[in-house]
Order: sequence, then structure tokens, then C-alpha cells
Amino acid sequence: MLQKEGQIRIPAGCAISGIFHRDGARENGARIIESIRTMHDRSNGLGGGFAGYGIYPEYADYYAFHVFYDTQAAKDACEQALERHFDIVDLSRIPTRRHPRITDEPMIWRYFATPLQTKLASSQLDEREFVSRFVIRINHTLEGAYIFSSGKNMGVFKANGFPEDVGEYYMLENYEAYSWTCHGRYPTNTPGWWGGAHPFALLDTSVVHNGEISSYDANRRFIEMFGYSCDLLTDTEVITYIVDYLGRKLGLTYPEIANVIAAPFWSTIEKQPPEERERLTYLRNAFASLLVTGPFSILVGFTGGLMALNDRLKLRSMVVGEKDDTVYIASEECAVRVIAPALDRIWTPRGGEPVIVRLNERGNP
Amino acid sequence: MAIDFLYPQYEVVRNYDRCIACRACERQCANEVHFYDPEFQKMMADESKCVACHRCVSLCPTRALKIVKTDHTFKANANWTGKAISEVYRQAGTGGVLLSSMGNPEPYPIYWDKMLINASQVTNPSIDPLREPMETRTFLGKKPGKVERDRDGRLVPNLSPQLELNVPVMFSAMSYGSISYNAHASLARAACALGTYYNTGEGGLHQDFYQYGPHTIVQVASGRFGVHKEYLEAGAAIEIKMGQGAKPGIGGHLPGHKVGPDISRTRMIPEGTDAISPAPHHDIYSIEDLRQLVFSLKEATAYKKPVMVKIAAVHNVAAIASGVARSGADIICIDGYRGGTGAAPTRIRDNVGIPIELALAAVDQRLRDEGIRDQVSVVVGGSIRNSADLLKAIALGADACYIATAALLALGCHLCRSCQTGKCNWGIATQRPELVKRLNPEIGAQRLINLVTAWDHELKEMMGGMGINSIEALRGNRLMLRGIGLTQKELDILGIKHAGE
Repeated sequence: MLQKEGQIRIPAGCAISGIFHRDGARENGARIIESIRTMHDRSNGLGGGFAGYGIYPEYADYYAFHVFYDTQAAKDACEQALERHFDIVDLSRIPTRRHPRITDEPMIWRYFATPLQTKLASSQLDEREFVSRFVIRINHTLEGAYIFSSGKNMGVFKANGFPEDVGEYYMLENYEAYSWTCHGRYPTNTPGWWGGAHPFALLDTSVVHNGEISSYDANRRFIEMFGYSCDLLTDTEVITYIVDYLGRKLGLTYPEIANVIAAPFWSTIEKQPPEERERLTYLRNAFASLLVTGPFSILVGFTGGLMALNDRLKLRSMVVGEKDDTVYIASEECAVRVIAPALDRIWTPRGGEPVIVRLNERGNP
Repeated sequence: MAIDFLYPQYEVVRNYDRCIACRACERQCANEVHFYDPEFQKMMADESKCVACHRCVSLCPTRALKIVKTDHTFKANANWTGKAISEVYRQAGTGGVLLSSMGNPEPYPIYWDKMLINASQVTNPSIDPLREPMETRTFLGKKPGKVERDRDGRLVPNLSPQLELNVPVMFSAMSYGSISYNAHASLARAACALGTYYNTGEGGLHQDFYQYGPHTIVQVASGRFGVHKEYLEAGAAIEIKMGQGAKPGIGGHLPGHKVGPDISRTRMIPEGTDAISPAPHHDIYSIEDLRQLVFSLKEATAYKKPVMVKIAAVHNVAAIASGVARSGADIICIDGYRGGTGAAPTRIRDNVGIPIELALAAVDQRLRDEGIRDQVSVVVGGSIRNSADLLKAIALGADACYIATAALLALGCHLCRSCQTGKCNWGIATQRPELVKRLNPEIGAQRLINLVTAWDHELKEMMGGMGINSIEALRGNRLMLRGIGLTQKELDILGIKHAGE
């Protein structure tokens, strides 16, 4: 029998695309679906997904949990756990439309919730740590339940299928986001499990990733020391945890995170002025086990921003386009041009050089 | 007595058609195997003295010599082997403890040879080290696990003292006394040129070698020979030797006849006296005592140098390593049961301790399970024979490797395992001036540089094949290894899958 993700490590190639409105303008999912559709051949129908930021303004202060359930028993158990730790203000099936190429769907539920104050206080954790531990525990221990989205005012939508079909399936035309990322998957060998599709997310950090990292087990065995459990055995999962650990737990900035996971070569570091050389050497040495090698291009979504990053050799293609306050990032230029034919500028970031975009004063009043 | 007679293990075969009786073999052999018989006008040999070091073979100008294992045999017996019988005769004749040198030669499993390395293709490109940067620079030392910033938000460098290695290989501890001045000079110069470190061993540091201090690890062992403030300050790091893979649980013994004026001065002991290292450190009877020594040494050197603790791979090595990691040590060095020695009781060398592969895998996993792997670096030795062993060790979780036997081989050692006699014909494990001068430190250093450079090339080649372009992404990357011909239990301990999985 074929093993599913989590039982075996499955390498994958892929396509990624993202749209970011610096001014906070929101658009529905139509164009991001168009963008990824153009790169159809970079996926093989075994996984696609989207992340949208700013999609739940009415519940902006609540954690939005998106959950896959294989069985009613898993759903009951997960809901019991949720109720023990959270105040649930809304719950529903996530709306979908029937789609001929999206089959074998699990139950897909959404909960807007906030931690119970008494539980939170007695845990002596900050709120985000409390929530992340809850998510990791459910995903690690509760068979048949999988929380695949857990941020505030953002959400992940993913499935087994081609990404454009996944977008239609989830009716993304009904969601409006200032930041969209999406992913089409080309795994080499998988029975296709919904949880294995991208984006991968923890709290409001979501990652879509094209590539196969050769440092996987070094990164995994390191990050698991800090309470993370890499249950999916995918590169994207471990990258998400690394970003969460460095950013949320240690307080590194996104440029610093990029300097750790796609650290400059020593030969490059040596050419820097003394202060910069010392800083880069420090980051590389202090967090050596979180260096990611092998080909990757990733989009890291977070509240109010987006980071695009290539591996330091740039072994995966990625281009960035700009038009007014909107930034487009994709594996191939065609995926940008199809939705934004006239751009102010388009360029190819160098390997290891992060492109970080954030809401400006209009978008972030 | 006749029953004590043992037929020599090796025979000297001389081709008299080639031998010109130049007597080079005679001059070269400190064991006095060869002699010229004026009556017959030919070279003769007393093979009972031969240790199979190949010095004569290597220097014979007409290639007239070879050494062969004798085919003289006891009646075949799978249980009472010739070796077992001979050892009984020797002990019955002398009442003594059997002594041996260098690492355990017995046919135990070699796990390095039962692990295979991965390569990338199709989904992930391999990387050509001739065209792309391939990095093997490594830092050893405790990592901070948190960041601090100054008032302007700039990162404050909060790292403990670190060792920077251009290649993940260091020369392991061998004392001045157990090996020669010229051997030490070779190691020191090579370490400087390679951007790595050599280790003084427990015999102190010769005054001439203080100039190599930035590439020297100074050792503090149970005998405390040659330990003083300048010594501690001279090195880049200080290593506390708690154990040695070749002889876990016991100390060391440098016989008085090796303690000449230079060694006497360096070790700070009288000339001609035996230098005996006690089995334990007599100020360390428990882990809390080790912590005190670690911090004593840090105090003595103003917290400017990393402190390493070297332990032998024994059964509960993972628990010991965990204790060491919590004792304030910056680097743990684990020495496997194949590790070399200048002299050890044979029974201990051949029966005590466990393979470094298993010890490393257990320690690395244990430190990760406890969430403290980042608080300490792990260096392993005993025995790393080539760059594939090195790569596998790093993939299992080592930060770097120690080599000593391989380094001595590079200097000319032929592994005759007779170091304890002090008559090393290659000028390595001897203090006799006429033998020591056979080892030219310039050439010796160059050969060590060649060896490590070659390994570094091979390491990069294999890393590139795996799609990894930096050594830190290889460290602990056990998915890059597969076992071959191992039981599930062995695979579980090594933390790797079987080939085909």
C-alpha cells in the first residue's frame, strides 16, 4: 500500500504565485487562480492551495481554524478539544462547490475562536504560543483530524487536485484579500493527501514552496528540539516551523531570517564591511542548523506582509513584478503577465536575496 | 623454557638475487632484525624481533625484502586460536599484563562500512563543487539559543567562545612523550596551514610550540602533566580528558626511559621517572566535580576559550554526554573503541568500550531529545579512516571529527602496533634522537596537509552529489544515510533507514 505524507518523505517540484497590495486594497481570488492556471504544467494534479490575508475582517480578532476531518469520530474529538481550550464564536462547513476533478474530499470545517482566558492564564504562555501548541498537539496526536490553518484574519484553502480547480472548488471569488499566495504541486510519488498540499501554515505564517531541500533532516531534527513536530515530512512544513521559531520565538526580523535560512556564502560574507561581516557571521554561526540548502523558492505570508526568497544558488526560478502599489511574484513571468500585462518593473531576485513587501501607511492605517 | 618459545609471527623474505648487502636494512632497523654475516658474506635476519613496520622494505634500494605472515601454525582450532594459545604462554612465562598499541584490531563490526550515502537526481540537482561554492567551514562551541539587541536594535554578538575550523577535521590528542618532537612539529604546522587544530595530549606543550598556540588545543588530563597558567593561555581551547577510547576506565603510563630532559621539562616531572596518569581525575569523582573543573579552567582563562571534555564511548555514553553538556562544557569529544593509543593493556583495548558510530548516534539523539544539542558541539574520533567515514559521522550528527591514526599513517606509521617499545623506526612513537630525526617535520606537515586537503575535496564532491553545499546542512542529516545488512535494532540506534526504504 502506498504510504501517505507523514509516513514517508515525498520530494516535490512545483509552481508558486503571489499577489500583494501594499495599499491594503483587497481583491477576490479570481486573478490568483488565473495566474496559477497559466503554470498548469508545473503541477501534476496532486495538490494545490491558496492563502489569503485580510479575508475575515468581521472576525479579525479570532483565530480562524480550518480543519480536515477523515471521520466523524475525529471531528467530535477535535471539537471537544477545541471547546476545552477555546471560546468558539462561529463554526461552519467551509463552503465548496462540487467539482468534477476534486474528489475524495474530507469534511472541511472552520472555527473562529479565542483561547479561554482561564486556560490561557494557567498555561503561563503567551496567546500565540498557546494556540500554536494546541495546533501542533492536535495534528500530532489526533488521528484523522488536521488543522491546516490557524491564523487571525487569514486562511488557507487547499486540496488534492490542480490548483485552479482547487480555487474554484473553494469558491475563492467570495474572499477578498490584500495578499494572496498559491501553489501547484508536482510531487514525485504520493497517493495525494489533502493535508500534504501547500500552503503550510502555523498561526498567521504561511509558506508555499517550490523545490526540494537537501538539508531537510538536519533542519527537522534541529527544529523538533523546540516543540515542533514535523508530522508531514515535507520541506514546506519544516520551513514554516523555522520561520515561526526564528521570527515569533526568537524575534529575528524577516531580513535576518533570510540571512539564516539562505545565508550568504562565506566568500560573500568576507567581502562585507566589518560590521555587516560580523552580523552575518553571527547569524550563520548561531543558527547554523537552520541553513536550508537545495533548490527552493518560497513565499512566506504573514500579517501585513509577504517575503519571497530563493535558495542561495537560485536553483529555482522566481520573478517579481510591480505595478503601482501591487506586487506580483511567481515561478514564471507568464504567470504575472497573464494578470498584469503592463508592469512598472519586473526583475529576478538573486539567490538568497529576500524580497519583503509590507502594507504601507495607506494599507496599514 | 621451551614451552615459552613462540614461532615469530612474521618472516623476513630476502631475495638474495637482488640483495647487494648494502646493510641499509640493518642501519634502519631499531629492532635489530637484520645483521651482516661476514663468514657467509650475506645479510641475515632474526625475524623474532621483527614488528612488520616495513621500514627496511621501504628503504631497500633493490627491493629485495618483503615481510610475510608466517604459515607456521598450531593445530587448527576455532576456539583456541594461535593468538589465544600464544597469549597464555606469554603470561604463564612472565606473570605480566599483555600490552598493545594503536586501536582495537579485532574483527568487530565496522558500522561505517554498513552505511551508504545518498545522491540527488531529477527532483533536486546535484551541485558541482568545481563550479559552485562548497562550504566545509565549521564553528565549534555553544550556541546562544536566543538573540539580544542593543538600544538601536542591532544584534549583540552573544556567542560563547568558538573554534573556527576551515575543514571539519582536527588532529586528536597525542602527547609529547608518546610521540616525538618532530611528529608534534608536523601536526602543529599542518594544523596552522589547514586552519584547524591539533591537540597536545596530556604531556604539556613544548616551549618551541607555543608559537602555534592559536591552532593548539591544550589538554588537561588526570596526571596534570605540564599544566600551568601559560600553558592554558597558550591554546585556542582546553580539553579535559576524562577517557580514551582505547582504554576506557584506566589511566596512562609513560615509562621513565622515555622521560629525557626535554620531556621532563615539558611535563614538569623529574628526568627518568615514570609518568603515571591516574585512572580517574582525583578531583573528579562525580559530574558536579567535572563542572567545577570546567569552570576553574574557564576562570583561569577569563572565559575566553571553549572548554572541551573528552570521554570514551562506553555503554552509557549518552547519559554521560548529557551530563557533560550540562556541566558547562562547550564541546564534547567522544572517542570510540577503535581509537589508538601509545600503550594499553590488550584486554582493555580489545574488550572495553563501544563503536563510535553507535555512541555518536546515541549521544546526538539523546542531546536532541533533551533539547540541548545546540548547547554543545560534538566531535568524534576512533576511528575515522577516510572522507566517507567523516561524511557519515557528520550526517549522523557530529560537528567535526578527530583523526590521529590516519594522521600518523600520513607521517609514515605502518601500524605495526609496537609503539610501547619506543623503537619506532619511522621516528614517530620514539624519543631516540637518531630515530626522531628520520621524520622531517616539513615533509610531515606537507603530507598531513595533503591528506586533509584530499579528504576535504572528497567530502565536497560527495556533498555536491547530495545537493548540499554547506556542511551545516549535512550535520545530523540522517536521511542521507541508509544501512546495509543491519538489523532493525542497529538501524534504530543509528537512527537511519535500511537501503531500499
